[in-house]
Amino acid sequence: MNRRTVGVTAAAIAGGAAILIAQGRFRSPSGAGEAADPRSRWRSVTVNRTAEEVAAGGQVDEMHSALGGDVEIDLRTAPGDKGTELRARLRAEGPSADDSRRGADHERERTRQLRRALREAKQMIEVGEVLRVDPTPHGRRKTTPFGAAVEFATDRGPEEGLL
Amino acid sequence: MKALCWAGVNEVDVETVDDPTILNDRDVIVKVRLSTTCGSDLHLLGGYIPTMRAGDVLGHEFMGEVVEIGPAVKKHRVGDRVVVCSFIACGQCWYCTHDLYSLCDNGNPNPAITETMWGSPIGGCFAYSHALGGFAGSHAEYIRVPLADQGAFPVPDGVSDLSALFASDAAPTGWTGADLAGITPGDTVAVWGAGGVGQMAARAAMLLGAEQVIVIDRLPERLEQVRTFVGAETIDYSSDNVQSELKERTGGRGPDVCIEAVGMEAHGTGPAYLFDQVKQQLRLQSDRPTALREAIYACRKGGSLFALGVFGGVIDKFPFGAVMNKGLTLRGAQQHGHRYIPTILERIAAGDIDTEHLATHILPLSDGRRGYEMFKNKEDGCVRAVFQPAS
Repeated sequence: MNRRTVGVTAAAIAGGAAILIAQGRFRSPSGAGEAADPRSRWRSVTVNRTAEEVAAGGQVDEMHSALGGDVEIDLRTAPGDKGTELRARLRAEGPSADDSRRGADHERERTRQLRRALREAKQMIEVGEVLRVDPTPHGRRKTTPFGAAVEFATDRGPEEGLL
Repeated sequence: MKALCWAGVNEVDVETVDDPTILNDRDVIVKVRLSTTCGSDLHLLGGYIPTMRAGDVLGHEFMGEVVEIGPAVKKHRVGDRVVVCSFIACGQCWYCTHDLYSLCDNGNPNPAITETMWGSPIGGCFAYSHALGGFAGSHAEYIRVPLADQGAFPVPDGVSDLSALFASDAAPTGWTGADLAGITPGDTVAVWGAGGVGQMAARAAMLLGAEQVIVIDRLPERLEQVRTFVGAETIDYSSDNVQSELKERTGGRGPDVCIEAVGMEAHGTGPAYLFDQVKQQLRLQSDRPTALREAIYACRKGGSLFALGVFGGVIDKFPFGAVMNKGLTLRGAQQHGHRYIPTILERIAAGDIDTEHLATHILPLSDGRRGYEMFKNKEDGCVRAVFQPAS
């Protein structure tokens, strides 16, 4: 297989993955799949601290203020001495039901914010900082569909995934 | 500064890039003294890990000198000579506090990619694609090391730069496989792959009490290194039948523990290898499991098998019937180096582990392209091409 073919194939795979990540549609066949009502599903991170430590740090309050009133936040002790489950879910309806597309877009955006907030809160509580990677030294970036797909997936890195 | 960058499939270039800066309070900047090629780089080079971008700085196995520290760094001072674990871990999450550092929850700023691919994100790694964080690599004059109190280790006096270099990745990766495979005193251990990681896995197995260690490869210079510097037995799979040879050497049982230190671009012989090549090139499977498959068949009943070579995606014709019916224990991991590097440095200082022989070719960074060509094509007996960015 020549270089061009490898490149095109890799670009196609990366592009497909980026689209799946962006749409939140990739699920393992054996996974939980989509909840019947995604608004009601809790999204959780497990923090390696006690519930008292998690609550006392101020990160949960900060997260609540940042995300606004349509997000419900809950703490519960994880089994097996694994720390505390920090959970959040969207509580209120978005735009009116007669504009379903706008509503779905709004919900996706709110879910992205929620994932990022959960991941950042966990890092702040456990480590004391949110790990950054940019700006990072790099050589010449070529403008290719492959590069654009990777950049898109990376930009969305903290906001997407299965969480 | 000068850096060796990935420029596309099987293309690398030395380019001028920005110097790294402190981005987080726990960062240090290290002036790189030595940085080595690693077999897992070849998966990036060949386009088998599809989240690289042209311009990414390569290199994840390195040592050097601390030249700048962030305000929250406690263990390091400017001027410290350090070796840095290739994986980036926080030391605080549940996985880190249970010594599973490469599974760190907080070391990868791009968790969605691996979470989507594998079900959960793993930790970050220097220069191992944007799926593992997009961190710039060590084939450069300087590198930013995040979470440095966790991942950078002082090199003891009496341990040379060249010896310490391989405590960054090859030695702790080998140690991870040997330790977590559950070797017990008296065991026979077979290791597939006589590269840096395979040799270090074999040495770790001996130090953990294995009575007989056998390393399998096809390259005579590497097998010679195994006999000379590791003290293990060897099998040349290009001339010997591996299954028959292992049966003969183990009284018909097979090895108690099998460690696969080859990964997704395994070579082999016969129709199975041809099948794997064709399917991988057609992208019908992402990885070639030729050595892994052989290890599963060779392992004794009730034995243990550890996948240490890097795999990225999906494989075909996986003999799960053998795994289940022979009652094998199958494990795998990237390196948990934070757990093993201090011990490894002590062992190197004590003369229990030799690593310098792995550096068969030491080159200036400006010869980076040539270094990767030699390493990829195994030219001139190249086991590892090591770059000196300052020269």
